[in-house]
Amino acid sequence: MSPARITRDRVERAALRVLRPAVIAALLLGTAFPFYYMAVLSLRDVQSLILAPESALVPPREIRLDAYREVLTPADAGGQGFGTFIRNSLLVSAATVALTLLAAVPGAYAVARLRFFGRRQVHFLFLAVYLFPPIVLAIPLFVFFSLIGLRGSLAGLALVYIAQTLPVCVYMLRNYFETVPRSVEEAAALDGCGTLATLWRVTLPLSLPALTATGLYVFMIAWNEFLFALLFLVEDRDRWTVSLGLSQLAGAVEVPTTVLMAGSVVLTLPVVALFFAFERLVTSGLTAGSERG
Amino acid sequence: MTREPTTRRRREARTALALLSPTLVITLVVVVLPMLWALMLAFQRARLINIRYTGLLGHHTLENFAYVLGEPGFWQGLAVTLIYTIAGTFLSIAGGLVAALALRDRFRGRGLVRASILLPYVAPVVAATFVWQVMLSPQYGIANELGTRLLGWDRPVAFLSEARGELLGVTVPTALLTVIAFEAWRYFPFAFLFLLARLQAVPKELEEAALVDGATPAQRLRHVIMPQLWRVVALLSVLRFVFTFNKFDDVYLLTGGGAGTEMVSVRVFTLLTARDDIGASAAQAVVLALVLVVFLAVYLRSFAAERSPE
Repeated sequence: MSPARITRDRVERAALRVLRPAVIAALLLGTAFPFYYMAVLSLRDVQSLILAPESALVPPREIRLDAYREVLTPADAGGQGFGTFIRNSLLVSAATVALTLLAAVPGAYAVARLRFFGRRQVHFLFLAVYLFPPIVLAIPLFVFFSLIGLRGSLAGLALVYIAQTLPVCVYMLRNYFETVPRSVEEAAALDGCGTLATLWRVTLPLSLPALTATGLYVFMIAWNEFLFALLFLVEDRDRWTVSLGLSQLAGAVEVPTTVLMAGSVVLTLPVVALFFAFERLVTSGLTAGSERG
Repeated sequence: MTREPTTRRRREARTALALLSPTLVITLVVVVLPMLWALMLAFQRARLINIRYTGLLGHHTLENFAYVLGEPGFWQGLAVTLIYTIAGTFLSIAGGLVAALALRDRFRGRGLVRASILLPYVAPVVAATFVWQVMLSPQYGIANELGTRLLGWDRPVAFLSEARGELLGVTVPTALLTVIAFEAWRYFPFAFLFLLARLQAVPKELEEAALVDGATPAQRLRHVIMPQLWRVVALLSVLRFVFTFNKFDDVYLLTGGGAGTEMVSVRVFTLLTARDDIGASAAQAVVLALVLVVFLAVYLRSFAAERSPE
């Protein structure tokens, strides 16, 4: 090793020792601060916010819960009625998760285990759906749902979410099913289980982590979605989801920033809490297969 | 050739189709058929009021396309969309790469940092755009407050409503840059996840061998690690390009498509809702999809050409 090389190595290592912690600190600050700031603003008093917007701290005795009170109070009692929005979002998301899994599990099993004509084409179809612009789909669905009177219904919204998440779910579950040893399933088949019984009694219990991860992924998509909620539900306040309700709040006159931020916290908290509770599961489910290169 | 295997195969295929049928039916009814219908609507003079009488066939015309392509803002919208897409794709992948490299080796609190990095991606878009709006507000935003007080800006910057601003004496499209920064911030976690997963699958022996050969950290990154990552980077480029090109809600919520950020998808939405012109909006959407397909084809071809000599 030449001396020049050794010094270059030393310089680079020294630079890395400084750079790495700096990058990590910057990442932490850049990603966490906006959410921290959101929470702080939701707890502050509007007046003090206008006087000192740069203050990112809220002294414990100055904590105000007024914004949350306003957000959660029903609309007929003078509040913003987020309770209704939360119920709507929960209904749509839960229905989407349940029905998507119900359709995706057998589908993924078929793609993972059974030989049939068109197996490769199925993948292509799903990839196309996954990549297709939602805004293009929005037009005919908007028109169609208007025509059959399904626009403004939560069921119609759930149906769209199911269609949009199904392909990815089939893909995620298939990747997992393929890791379940065939020998286990063959043993069940020898015991006289048919395809469905094998799937139900053997493969599914072994796939609970993947089912949880996939379910959470679908829940996140459905809970966070904005475009279709806006297109389908905007005329009927009682049907608004939390995302839509919050976005409409911003357009309303004279809604204080603290209330907006409280609404943002209400919208963000459930999905972030769920995500952190199951973080490892969700991330490994999302990137499954990418390790293969 | 006995008859038994063929019937078993056929039975297997039938079971497979039965198991897949819910997925296929939903995809067909809610995605494929509407897609075809959108294509037809693009050639019809359709409005929500008269749609019942428009019918599926007949009265096909190219008027919608002529109208959409002839509109003054169209080409600018397309250019803005492309700039936004390319810059957003590049920055989110570069950011994800830096983050993945920084978090590759264990350290205390890595799990926490990792979780924090994923926040922008997991959080609902409406909430994320609102915090940005509040933080960047010219009246009470923390960014402008700190900028004018500590960094010596002579006046607050209207990050989201100013089409042109000045940065170091150069005129820059302020709102467009802000929207791009948001895109990079929100989606670098996506690239980070994939790249970290791939990084952790790189065999340790490869790097150890390079270390023994006296490779410096930068050399190891360039000659050992990056070659292992290119495939994932290529995949991410396609995914991020497509998703960013189609993006609607981020831009719509941040700027409403104003101040030089009118992406094609926002135009589609405006035509559909504000102007109630289904035909024109469908035509605009078809143009969007076509441009996307052209770009994908070019990209995949050059990618294939690059790999074929091996």
